[in-house]
Amino acid sequence: MTFTFSRRLVLAGAAAIALSAAAFAPATAQAQGTLRIGMTAADIPLTHGSPDNGFEGFRFAGYTMYDGLVNWDLSTADKPSAIKPGLALSWEADPKDTTKWTFKLRPGVKFHDGSAFDAKAVAWNFDKLLNKDAPHFDARQASLVGFRAASIASYKVVDDLTIEFTTKTPDSFLPYQLSFILMASPAQYEAVGKDWAKFAAQPSGTGPFKLEKLVPRERAELAANKAYWDTARVPKLDKLVLIPMPEANTRTAALLSGQVDVVEAPPPDTIPRLKSSGMQISSNPYPHIWPYHLSRLPDSPWNDVRVRKAANLAIDREGLTELLGGYAVPAKGHVVPGSAWYGKPSFDIKYDLAAAKKLMAEAGYGPGKPVKAKAIISPSGSGQMLPLPMNEFIQQNLKEIGIELEFEVMEITSLINRWRAGAKAEQNAGASIINFSYATVDPFNAFVRFVKSDLHAPNGVNWGFYADPAMDALAAKAQNTFDKAAQDEILGQIHAKMVDDALFVWVVHDVAPRALSPKVKGFVQAQNWFLDLSPVTVQ
Amino acid sequence: MFTYILRRILYIVPIALGVTLLVFGLVHIAPGDPLNAVVGPDAPAEVVEQLRRAYGFDQPLPIQYLIYLGHVLTGDLGQSVATGRPVAADLGRALANTLVLSIGAALVGFTSGTLLGALAGWHRGGLVDRFATILTLIGVSVPHYWLGMVLVIVLSVELNLLPAMGMAPGGAAGWGFTGEHLAHAVLPVITMSVIPMGIVARSVRATVADVLHQEFVQALRAKGLGRGPVLRHVVRNVAPTVVSVLGLQFGYLLGGSILIETVFSWPGTGFLLNEAIFKRDIPLLQGTILMLGLFFVLLNLLVDIAQAALDPRMRRS
Repeated sequence: MTFTFSRRLVLAGAAAIALSAAAFAPATAQAQGTLRIGMTAADIPLTHGSPDNGFEGFRFAGYTMYDGLVNWDLSTADKPSAIKPGLALSWEADPKDTTKWTFKLRPGVKFHDGSAFDAKAVAWNFDKLLNKDAPHFDARQASLVGFRAASIASYKVVDDLTIEFTTKTPDSFLPYQLSFILMASPAQYEAVGKDWAKFAAQPSGTGPFKLEKLVPRERAELAANKAYWDTARVPKLDKLVLIPMPEANTRTAALLSGQVDVVEAPPPDTIPRLKSSGMQISSNPYPHIWPYHLSRLPDSPWNDVRVRKAANLAIDREGLTELLGGYAVPAKGHVVPGSAWYGKPSFDIKYDLAAAKKLMAEAGYGPGKPVKAKAIISPSGSGQMLPLPMNEFIQQNLKEIGIELEFEVMEITSLINRWRAGAKAEQNAGASIINFSYATVDPFNAFVRFVKSDLHAPNGVNWGFYADPAMDALAAKAQNTFDKAAQDEILGQIHAKMVDDALFVWVVHDVAPRALSPKVKGFVQAQNWFLDLSPVTVQ
Repeated sequence: MFTYILRRILYIVPIALGVTLLVFGLVHIAPGDPLNAVVGPDAPAEVVEQLRRAYGFDQPLPIQYLIYLGHVLTGDLGQSVATGRPVAADLGRALANTLVLSIGAALVGFTSGTLLGALAGWHRGGLVDRFATILTLIGVSVPHYWLGMVLVIVLSVELNLLPAMGMAPGGAAGWGFTGEHLAHAVLPVITMSVIPMGIVARSVRATVADVLHQEFVQALRAKGLGRGPVLRHVVRNVAPTVVSVLGLQFGYLLGGSILIETVFSWPGTGFLLNEAIFKRDIPLLQGTILMLGLFFVLLNLLVDIAQAALDPRMRRS
């Protein structure tokens, strides 16, 4: 007896097998060179060049598709990242009048739509943030990044490849601030019908990746820009896929089941499980500090430097780091000792209970007479790490030396509101601490905004109304010093004074843990909030 | 019947107006500045004020409500404060995605719930009843986000049988009837169907048991009718109650579960609401709640009509 399969039967069978295989093996091989990232944001950050969702937005939707005149050097993991020429080749403040800056632009750069990048495009991009009468001015983008350009009074196109900025007062921090103002294509804006929402769906920048597909809240697909102007940074990947996954356990499960290749911020308690499955855990200190920002209003208990120092000495940072699975660095100040701005403080921040108790006694406090303080904290939020257990840990620590902490817990958006309002605001009555983590990427945002006395609310975020003429003078000097080494030196003096006066209670620096599938190679985690994904490959 | 339907449709108008007022009121009573979450933390006050004017948040609330109502009546749900995209587009996509989940969960949950409940009610006190009661009790008691995570850990992470999250490979957008899409839907659908299964089973059981004890059933049996014909009468009498339970449950399913959609990164209305709440994105929040509210109203209408069709007594009341 012979038995033959009909062609149709074989095909039908094959189709059925393929279908069921597809149904039950979802984690099958992806195309070579596609990196899928699980982000913590709940939506794809805005893609028009002024990202929302904080620095995660800049990390994935900013520097991937765009460049600033100034870029960050993210090529090494060994030392804190510095700024470097981006779309500008060089810049200089006029020695005779330091409010005048000349930026020489990089020739031959093209936007993704093929139009040329030139000085007119730069002026157009500043118009979108600063010139309320410009037809393409966008209040939303101005609210997101416009403050970075707050010191700019005017700008002028000198020639195709030269642009001149004039600042309101001398501002040596300008190049740092310009690294956050990304250059979008004027031609593309015209082409999509002069609408920023449409531009965000079909953006065009100069960066190493181009947006191919955007489905809000679901995914963004970026393709390598093989014609990227910085030939050393042309991506090796074919494709980058960004997927919003706000739930930390979902991110972990997605990585373990092979649905993504990298996840941001896995919960510390899942890291051993991730490691046992062969996942790579990458972490590195970066410019981040998790502090208590103190009120210095007359009714604040923190006006005695001995109490501030005692609090700094009472925190068991090693124990806290253990609580975080080892993924934190105990703070020795506002920035890490390796930073160019660390300076030479004499107050050594460490865990020394005896010294702390002694200081409290000297200040007139003790077991029978505690210091009472109310802290505003949030249960979660970008950069806040694991705020509830951390705050409870510190509460226990401070109780040992007679500081009784009381918490007012609120959602991060409300906390930001309280932070912006300043300690003096009615809503902050009774609170003498705000627990808000800070990015210390650039000098202004790292130090100056917290210490200058003209930056009390509503002019700025010197939350505690701290004022010290000596500090004001140092800050002004730093802003007026245009030589990088000399500026770093003064910033070091500012930092040393901050530490010696114990202006904050510094706790830990985050190390930005992320987990990667073993297939991901060439990943470099810079000591920064941002990443260069160009060298990454997926095998 | 026709006038009954007409009357029910007319009732919708004041109800829908009430829903808009309630949605608007609740969203504005909730603490938090709508601009706070969307501007950069360092944005100067002047820029924030400018945005406030641009979005009309500086107007008195009654005026804001009237403007909002006017827009809604012309089919304009406004633009998201956070993204600048039209609310209707994002909402439409999210609703479609949630619809996939809720229809799936309804199919699984309603069928199993009705069967389980009917069996339990028919054999009240028996072994089947006890088994079904335990199962439904578990169904309504187990926190579904916990169940979702356990299913993910066992079936996705450990056994690698099913995807852990998303609607399609790598978070691909939109639904399609492919094996991969179906595989992605299995875990969230099961997780989501557990509660309606429990609730439906319990009410079906109670109603069936109740109807079985009524005199007309005894009369039917006394008349010598067999099991089948008696069952037919019971079904007819049970149906109106069950339909109203199903309608209500489907309404809840359509609302999308914030927890389930977050656990599975399923881009539906729950996911959307969660983000809108966190970002105080008032237009998005209003649009989403309003649409879900109107869905409920519409479902209730359909349930009323279905009930009237099934039970002539309803029409007279």
